[in-house]
Amino acid sequence: MLNIVWPGFIIISVIFAILSGNLAELNNSIFESTSTAVNLSITLLGTMCLWSGIMKIASRTSAMQKITNILAPIMKLLFPKLKKDSEIYQEISMNMVANILGLGNAATPLGIKAMKSMQENNSDKKVLTNEMVTLIVLNTASIQIIPTTVIAIRNSLGSENPTAIIVPVWIATICAAVAGIVATKIFIKLGR
Amino acid sequence: MMKFIEFFSNIAMPLMIIIIVLYGVVERQKVFDIFLEGAKEGISIVFNIFPTLVGLFMAIGALRSSGVIDLIVNLMTPIFNLCNFPTEILPLALIRPISGSSSIAVATDIMKNFGVDSNIGFIASVIMGSTETTVYTIAVYSSSIGIKKTRFVLWAALIADFVGIVTSVVVCRLLS
Repeated sequence: MLNIVWPGFIIISVIFAILSGNLAELNNSIFESTSTAVNLSITLLGTMCLWSGIMKIASRTSAMQKITNILAPIMKLLFPKLKKDSEIYQEISMNMVANILGLGNAATPLGIKAMKSMQENNSDKKVLTNEMVTLIVLNTASIQIIPTTVIAIRNSLGSENPTAIIVPVWIATICAAVAGIVATKIFIKLGR
Repeated sequence: MMKFIEFFSNIAMPLMIIIIVLYGVVERQKVFDIFLEGAKEGISIVFNIFPTLVGLFMAIGALRSSGVIDLIVNLMTPIFNLCNFPTEILPLALIRPISGSSSIAVATDIMKNFGVDSNIGFIASVIMGSTETTVYTIAVYSSSIGIKKTRFVLWAALIADFVGIVTSVVVCRLLS
């Protein structure tokens, strides 16, 4: 994808800059962009390390189990066919908890493990089951308590209140997740 | 209402840190050692996205400085004005489902150009926080178990993204 888009951006920019006489600006922006990337990464480094560390502690305590219990009613609504003591159920709960805590690196392996377990009971190994689709949609909805990456970026750009976005993000994320799940349920009902 | 949201946004982070650390201490975990272990992973996350940032900042910077983005935005403004949608965040809305690190680059570019604390910068932040790299996630999950037919999953996920982006804009409008 980016192998087409990236050169496309560059070619279009250079041609357009020559035609519109913006070549000097283009020249400056090339050097400026590299230092922007360096500055951003250096400031990102601090916040990302801090949160990865804090969330690592969370994943080693029973806080993880507590959140799993809180999620139980939601799990029942989303995956009505799954038994509560099954391995798949545990894996999906863990995947959701990792997402909520913002542990992207831990969420993906857990999600894939759940996908593999579900594949064992799948009658057609080449087609996604309803439960698999629900799990994927949940993972694309990015339900997170603290949107750490954006806060880190806002902080690095000198925002007066980097965390001001937290509640708006919760609202938007919940609306998106509900819309995704409702759409999934409707598609299933329609028998697609 | 405004005050309440502000208060909650401010307290969320410190509260979470203290709850997690207290949990660790009460359960007699070596909290600092575990913290260091996690923090090291944080370094690799940033290092891994750095090359993408350089490449894309260069390309997006070129698009902006050459005037291409201004041209596209000018062309599309009348359409988006009809539904009161801020055109400035259009590039972000388009790239968000496709690539995680590129959308970080695009969002940062928007925040820098319009100001982090400006309305547009705020909307861009909320969109980044509330949506995911849909296409990438679907590809990873499906290909990991050799699925060929993904049925309607892309549509359901894109509906979620669309609703997320629209809600972000609406919420930010209501707050400002």
